[in-house]
Amino acid sequence: MTAGLQSISQIVPLLRSGDVSPVDLVRQCLERIDARPELNAFITVMRESALSEAQTAETQIAAGRYRGGLHGIPVSVKDLVDVAGTPTTAGSAVPPRNPKADAPIVTRLREAGAIIIGKTNLHEFAFGTTSEESAFGPVRHPRDPSRSAGGSSGGAAVALLEGMCFASVGTDTGGSIRIPSAVCGLAGLKPAFGELPCDGIVALSTTLDHVGPMARHVADLSVMFDAMAGFAHTDRAGSSRSYVFGVPETYFCDRLHPAVRAALGRTRDALARAGHEIRTVVIEHAPCTADVYLHIVLPEASWYHAPLLAESADRYSRGVRLRLEMGRYVLAEDYARALHLRTILRRAVEDAMRGCDALLLPTLAIPAPTLGATTVDVEGRQEPIRAAMLRLTQLFNLTGHPAMALPAGTTDDGWPVSVQLVGSLDGTARLIEIASVVEAYSTGGDRSVGGGTG
Amino acid sequence: MTIDVWLKAACEDADRRGLPDLKPLLENLARSMAALRDADRFVDRLHLVP
Repeated sequence: MTAGLQSISQIVPLLRSGDVSPVDLVRQCLERIDARPELNAFITVMRESALSEAQTAETQIAAGRYRGGLHGIPVSVKDLVDVAGTPTTAGSAVPPRNPKADAPIVTRLREAGAIIIGKTNLHEFAFGTTSEESAFGPVRHPRDPSRSAGGSSGGAAVALLEGMCFASVGTDTGGSIRIPSAVCGLAGLKPAFGELPCDGIVALSTTLDHVGPMARHVADLSVMFDAMAGFAHTDRAGSSRSYVFGVPETYFCDRLHPAVRAALGRTRDALARAGHEIRTVVIEHAPCTADVYLHIVLPEASWYHAPLLAESADRYSRGVRLRLEMGRYVLAEDYARALHLRTILRRAVEDAMRGCDALLLPTLAIPAPTLGATTVDVEGRQEPIRAAMLRLTQLFNLTGHPAMALPAGTTDDGWPVSVQLVGSLDGTARLIEIASVVEAYSTGGDRSVGGGTG
Repeated sequence: MTIDVWLKAACEDADRRGLPDLKPLLENLARSMAALRDADRFVDRLHLVP
C-alpha cells in the first residue's frame, strides 16, 4: 500500500548521491510484481530491458551525467501506449499492433531518464470503467480481489498502490485516469486537451482522449507531467497564497456515497479554515453531460474500430463489442447536436470558473465497486455502474479542462475516496501548484496559508 | 428521423446481424437520444454566434 512506499521526490536525492541504485529499485519493483500475479496488474513485464536500462542509469549517475528527475526511476505504461519492441494489446484478444517506435510520450520519459518496467492491464480498448473486461484477466483491487481497481487504467493504479513502479502513464477519455486513482487512493492528472500528444496511443475517441500521469503524490505527478510535456522540471510545491475554489454542488453533489460527501465537506472546511475562499458555483446544463458524452464517444469509437470489427469482431469481449456496435447506430444529426452542446458546456464551465482559481468537487460518487456488478446503490437509488462511475469526470473530457483526482481519506471500512480539482483551459501547471496545496487538506493534514505543513 | 422510427429500424438491423443482445442497449440509447434532443431545444443557439 502507499503508506511506507517512497515517493520519487524522496528517492531522487538518494539516487543522485549513489545511496540507492536504480538496479535495486528495478529489482524491488519486479519482486513486487512477482509477489501478486493474481491482481493482473501487468500484461507485459519488461524484466530484461528494465534491468539493463537500470544498469546504464547507475553508470551514468555515478559518472555525474544525471539526466533529471526521473533518471533511474521505474515507470509503468498502460498497454494502450506504444513501446517499441513490445506488443500493444490494449487488453484485447484482437491481434495487437507491434510498434517499432515508442509513442512520443514514452520517448520523452526515456529522455528524462525513466525506466519502463512494463505495460499495465486495462479495460479492453479503454472502453470501460472497471478493468474487468480484459483478455488478460480482470484487474483486481489489492485490498480485496473481489473488488474493482477502477478503470480503464486499473493496472496502472494497482501497480502504484502495490509499489510495482513509482509512477504510471494512463489515458483518460471519460475519467480513466481519475477513476482508478480515486478507487485506489492515488493522484491522477488528466491534462488539458491536446497538451500531451496522443500519437502512438490506441484511440478510443479522438476528440475526448487524453494521456497523463498517475502517482502516489502530487509532487510525483508534477515531475511526470513535466517529463511527458518535454519541460524542464519546475518545483510547484509550497505556495502560500490564498486561492478561490468554486464548488459546483448542483448535479455534482446530487447523489454521493456518504463518505465521498464527507470527504468533500472535510476538504472544503479545511481549506476555508486555512484562509482560502470557497464559493458555491453552478455549471449550467451539467445534467445533459452524459447524453452529450455518449453521442460523441460511441460513434468516434465505432469509427476507429470499424476495420478491426470487420476482421476480428468475435475476439472482443462481449460488452466492449456491443458498445462499439451501438455507436454505429448514432445518427449524424445527433452527433452534431452533441458537438453543439459540448460547446455550450465548455462555456458553462468557463462561466463557473470565472473568479475562481479551481473547481473543487468529488471525483467518483462511490468507493471501489464489486467486480461483476452491473448496478450500484447510490443513496438509495440503483444506477448502472458505468454511468455512476463516469458521472463526475466525463464533463471535463468534453470541455478539455485539466482535472486531477486527489486522495481524500477513506470510508469507515477503509476504501479510498477522492476529490477532484479542475483548472482553467491553459492552466495545467497552475492546477498542479494548487493541488500541491490542497493535497495536505484532502488527506487530513492541516497547512495554513503562509504556513508550513502542520 | 423520429426516435421511434430509428429504434425500430436499429433493433431490426441488430436482429438481422445476429446481435439481439444489442437491443436493450439501443433502447437505452433511444432514451439518451430523447434527452439530448430536449437539451438541444432548450439551449440558446445564439450563444454560439461569436
